[in-house]
Amino acid sequence: MSIISRGFRGRGHEGPPDRVPPGQYLTDDFPVLSAGPTPHTPLTEWTFTVTGGSEPVSWTWDEFRELPSEEVTKDIHCVTKWSKLDTAWHGVSVDTLLDAVEHDAAFVMAFCDGGYTTNLPLEDVTDGKAWVAYTYQGEPLDPEHGGPARLLVPHLYFWKSAKWVRSLDLRDEDEPGFWESNGYHIRGDPWLEQRYWGD
Amino acid sequence: MAGAALLGRLTWLAAEVVDAVQETPRVRTLVLEADGWDGHRAGQHVDVRLTAEDGYQAERSYSIASAPGEPLAVTVEELEDGEVSPYLVSEAHEGDRFEIRGPIGGYFVWDGSGEPPVLLIAGGSGVVPLMSMIRHRARTGSRTPTRLLYSSRSYEDVIYRAELDEPADGLEVFQTLTRSQPPGWAGYARRIDAEMLGEVAWPAAEEPRVFVCGSTRFVDTAADGLVGMGYPPQSIRTERFGATG
Amino acid sequence: MRVDEMRLDGNAIGGLLIELFGTDLTGSMGVCASCGARGHVATLDVYVHAPGVVGRCRSCGAVMIRIVRSETRTWLDLSGTRTIEIADAAALE
Repeated sequence: MSIISRGFRGRGHEGPPDRVPPGQYLTDDFPVLSAGPTPHTPLTEWTFTVTGGSEPVSWTWDEFRELPSEEVTKDIHCVTKWSKLDTAWHGVSVDTLLDAVEHDAAFVMAFCDGGYTTNLPLEDVTDGKAWVAYTYQGEPLDPEHGGPARLLVPHLYFWKSAKWVRSLDLRDEDEPGFWESNGYHIRGDPWLEQRYWGD
Repeated sequence: MAGAALLGRLTWLAAEVVDAVQETPRVRTLVLEADGWDGHRAGQHVDVRLTAEDGYQAERSYSIASAPGEPLAVTVEELEDGEVSPYLVSEAHEGDRFEIRGPIGGYFVWDGSGEPPVLLIAGGSGVVPLMSMIRHRARTGSRTPTRLLYSSRSYEDVIYRAELDEPADGLEVFQTLTRSQPPGWAGYARRIDAEMLGEVAWPAAEEPRVFVCGSTRFVDTAADGLVGMGYPPQSIRTERFGATG
Repeated sequence: MRVDEMRLDGNAIGGLLIELFGTDLTGSMGVCASCGARGHVATLDVYVHAPGVVGRCRSCGAVMIRIVRSETRTWLDLSGTRTIEIADAAALE
């Protein structure tokens, strides 16, 4: 039974229950979480690739920026319990990227600079549910938050919104990524509180 | 036996604040009493855990400032967006309780003795574990030649200032103030660099032992500088403090 | 908090390692399974601001240790560490 420390309070606050999933609290700042050093790929060398389809498709940074893109305002939920409402992003829908490829895959694995990976079922990244975002709050995405571009899958826990994303590999089988292979839930739906294996 | 607590399972102990000393505007030392505390070695730290009424918990590590044998004391710097440090520095008072576990650390420890000289390099609140070493050295009457190079932002930020103004025999204290210096300041006035290390550090040939503590950037700069002077990397022990509190 | 400050070292997880292994490991030597570099566990590049703890080889950056904790379970991946040499209690005194 832990000792309660008089006068100590956590910083988070509660929010509207229809927007804050179970076990989460609201934060005003934007915590930076990282499992390794921040990569710094020059934009002249940056490419985004979709593999696993009939043939690989790749865009340079300039080509990527010319793809149809959109503003996205979403709530985000980190498995470490903070949630942030109405975050504003700009990026390319994953639907646009996958439309460039012929495939019949059921899953994707995201690969990132620095070696991070995360896996998702196809239906969690299609039909307007996922983006590759390069702008946050009107500014180019900061490297510490995943810039130049990160995956954005706001309806799942934010570890799925992989920072420094460089490619999506289309697959028939689901294989766990970096955190999914070490305790975190294979899918990660915050409304079902799917934080860990077996939740 | 002090030090035996180094090994074995750790449990959370109830600690009570029995005294508080404001060291600088943002830094405070808390003297603690904890049932079951078994003593420590100079350089070790404790984990502190705070629990709020709603069950929310936060945990951070703080270095022990006291020497082995003295009442247990931790020195904490309040960080602007910290979660635990603002509570410990600005809120907690005598009689308040929280949980600690420790002592922790078998690498960044010095028993204050030995023939080869010792170089201690501190950045900001990184001076805390080194102060435990300095105090232990003094209490044991050690003759090990020791130098402290201590970097702070300004004169007001120098922790243990009065104590360091009267160093024990065989301890030399070098200070640098990186942001502002008082009139008549005779110490260094810039961030540590290779030139400063060249002037303060023992020659590598004397095979000194080194302990460096501070922010990651500070520690890496100091360690790289010493390696550049010919110090074998294994002679340098480092502890990086995070900027969260 | 500046991002370069987020890279700590094995000292930062000293307490956690005692909880998991029953002994202080910061003074123990670990061998990287990727590059073979040998160093004190205290000198791992450790990231604690993450959904879990990640300790990387200071030489090559490979992940040597990963720890995730829920309220009731702990997952530990040491596959990036080939060997840890743990000194006897007596030897450390």
